Amino acid sequence: MSLIESLPRLRKWRIPRADGLVQWIVPLVILLVWQSACVGGLVPARVLPAPTDVALAGWKLLLSGELARNVWVSFWRAGAGFVIGGGIGFAFGLANGLSQLSNRLTDTTLQMVRNIPHLALIPLVILWFGIDESAKLFLVALGVFFPIYLNTLHGIRTVDPQLIEMGRIYGMTDGELFRRVIFPGALPSIFVGVRFALGIMWLTLIVAETIAASSGLGYMAMQAREFMQIDIVVLSILIYALLGKLADSASRALERLTLSWHPAFQKH
Amino acid sequence: MQQALRFPLPDSEPPDRADFIGQARLARRGQAAPSRGLALTIRGLHKSFGDHEVLRGIDLHIPAGQFVAVVGRSGCGKSTLLRLIAGLETVDAGAVSFGEQPRPEDVRLMFQEPRLLPWARVLSNVEVGLGRDRASADAQTRAEDALVEVGLDDKRGQWPAVLSGGQKQRVALARALVSHPRVLAFDEPLGALDALTRISMQRLLERVWHDQAFTAILVTHDVSEAVALADRVLVIEDGRIAHDIDVDIPRPRRRGSADLAALEGSILRDLLQSADESFDL
Repeated sequence: MSLIESLPRLRKWRIPRADGLVQWIVPLVILLVWQSACVGGLVPARVLPAPTDVALAGWKLLLSGELARNVWVSFWRAGAGFVIGGGIGFAFGLANGLSQLSNRLTDTTLQMVRNIPHLALIPLVILWFGIDESAKLFLVALGVFFPIYLNTLHGIRTVDPQLIEMGRIYGMTDGELFRRVIFPGALPSIFVGVRFALGIMWLTLIVAETIAASSGLGYMAMQAREFMQIDIVVLSILIYALLGKLADSASRALERLTLSWHPAFQKH
Repeated sequence: MQQALRFPLPDSEPPDRADFIGQARLARRGQAAPSRGLALTIRGLHKSFGDHEVLRGIDLHIPAGQFVAVVGRSGCGKSTLLRLIAGLETVDAGAVSFGEQPRPEDVRLMFQEPRLLPWARVLSNVEVGLGRDRASADAQTRAEDALVEVGLDDKRGQWPAVLSGGQKQRVALARALVSHPRVLAFDEPLGALDALTRISMQRLLERVWHDQAFTAILVTHDVSEAVALADRVLVIEDGRIAHDIDVDIPRPRRRGSADLAALEGSILRDLLQSADESFDL
């Protein structure tokens, strides 16, 4: 009885408007454990430098301008590759979702290509493009293409046929039907594709930059390895994690903005 | 006595209900104001899906403004008949013709499911019903008027996901009404609603039919709904009209009255009898 009575009070007391901070508790704890393990001598600095050392290395790189340059280069590659690959994937998804002819013409080919791991193409890509920008853009675009293509196609295919019939009865033209029924109906699925694609985007870029690049975060990490600068290696990895989280948050925000009608996104 | 018969309805009734009852009392059958509705003539209508012949020669004339209910067992072809009238299917043989050539906005169909666009707010869902007039300047006013008609003008800015089943179906009704159709076909629009919401929706249908004077064709499983609402009940069996019954009971009709119950009973007997015959086969 007394427990039940105190429950609402407990709930009110809990986490006063700090919902946004809750998600950072675990990373913060990990950071603290890591720091104390390094300071306490549990982990030798040759294996894993302390977070403070990593931060210091980052500060030095930031002052020299090297960090900003490399982050910007990687960010640009990721963004451009995503736009190109995502754009083409979206276009094919639309075409094959809306037109039987287009679907019969290209879907089988695309499904075959999909089963080749795109990173297996790296040797070929180096032969084709050398190690300049187009190699990285090609790989990122290829990696991003499939999740966007598949999910756009799936989204369009699974739009409620009853709604499409309703739209036709109420005299919507093909353009209106697409704009008011098919595209909004496919949007949740397209966003699933975007979030998958963002993960693949970073993965591809890291691999491409570590193997064949003369700038960017992956290159920075590889250079640091050559000189045994383990703090910079760890820094690069942490920046990748941060950029990945940033991209995911951006897509979530966009999702919340465009899917506000969806029961799953209401008042959270 | 009217008061005593009122149910505590889940959805609030529009305030002009009392007026309606007064009007309806004056407007007995045959004395109603000239109808805006379109007359409908069907001749020798056949429709098959693959090898299965769903409709086998339907001949039917519906005068302008009549409220016709179509009942029958599942798979008897009643929904197909409705979809042919609404122009959703092509006719195999025979013809469906209206008193005069209707514009696309003149014939509307309401489904069992509300079929609202979940990503459009209530008001823009209603605007969809305007057809080609969607882009016109008074589109919003007309949509608002239609929402007032079904008593949901306070929900215009809501997402469909937050509405109850009955409210969604009322938005769908507003969408069907907003173009002021002259023929309105209902494909079991109340089939998925609970009993009380159903009764208030039936009253709403009867009121808008009375106010807007369109020709109404209601397909339903529920014989009591058919006799409560319609001027005429068609029983379809095996793709043909088996019975054509006039419901000569003055409006407003009292739910559960002896006349309605007797008529409902005799129609149900017909339906059950034919069901037994088909089991014997």
